[in-house]
Amino acid sequence: MLITAVFWIFATILVVSAALVVSARNPVHSVLFLILCFFNAAGLFLLAGAEFLALILVVVYVGAVAVLFLFVVMMLDVNFTQLREGVQRYAPVGATIGVVLLAELLMTFGGVRVAPSLATLHVAPIAAQTSNTEALGLVLYTHYVLAFQLSGLVLLVAMIGAIVLTLRDKPRARRQSIARQTTREVGDTLLMVDVRPGQTMAELGIFRPLTTLPQAPALDLIGPTPPVSADDATGRGDAA
Amino acid sequence: MSGGQILPGIGLMHYLSVGALLLVLGMFGIFLNRKNVITIMMSIELILVGVNINLVGFSAALHDITGQVLALFVLTVAAAEAAIGLAIVVIYFRNRGSIEVEDVTLMRG
Repeated sequence: MLITAVFWIFATILVVSAALVVSARNPVHSVLFLILCFFNAAGLFLLAGAEFLALILVVVYVGAVAVLFLFVVMMLDVNFTQLREGVQRYAPVGATIGVVLLAELLMTFGGVRVAPSLATLHVAPIAAQTSNTEALGLVLYTHYVLAFQLSGLVLLVAMIGAIVLTLRDKPRARRQSIARQTTREVGDTLLMVDVRPGQTMAELGIFRPLTTLPQAPALDLIGPTPPVSADDATGRGDAA
Repeated sequence: MSGGQILPGIGLMHYLSVGALLLVLGMFGIFLNRKNVITIMMSIELILVGVNINLVGFSAALHDITGQVLALFVLTVAAAEAAIGLAIVVIYFRNRGSIEVEDVTLMRG
């Protein structure tokens, strides 16, 4: 009966931490309780024999989704106490709806009668002597290959969408201009100067464009380029 | 209810009850934190975890792998939804300086 006790422990911690997710004052605590929730849900999955799904839940939800939540919560400078102002006002409504929903669900559970033939109607029965991952792969890549590909497409669209939404196009960002890079010639950037001993830079008139003295006209080292600093003009496209 | 035991002493109903409790808590969280988009999204994640527990419970009780396949797809879509939702929250905060749901009545930026 140890395994039954383990189920109850997982289920209790899961429900309690879910309650704390929605009621915690600090959203960072909410996210941490959400992570606890996911771990306990993974435990329930393990008990039900869904080992692959349990580990995927930990990897995807805890490793990606919950960390994403944590990043956003910590990145946004939001006054979270102000966001909790209406909680007392909303709590009765929420509690009423929750209780009604729970009562409906319990009544439904009480009245459920499963058809006797259900135990024999299998779409993809788990074969004996196959591991959970193997059984999952045997149907996922055959019967459900279209849905599998479509879910990959969903992830691709989500990735592109998230990048497009959050990418901030800085007008001052230094970008690589391939055309300018490849059409440069030696004469555009190199200037051979005959320097006599003791001659100074000011006498030669060699200055970087931004530090040109008024009386000494700068040599046009760069050529017809936008008015940017000398480092920009090398076209190396350093990350800004 | 028939459908088989998942563990000794633990049947399908236990798993369905945990899923139902998560659904109820998620709904409650949506109503309770009506202003905070991030907590609302966390509540949605709770609901989806409840759905997954139901699916896995059915899968184990009926000895059928299909429930786990469906749970895998639910997981995928939930991850995509969280990424897109949080991206929208970030750009909304960048434009408005707040993430109150009540302000989000206009589609324009």
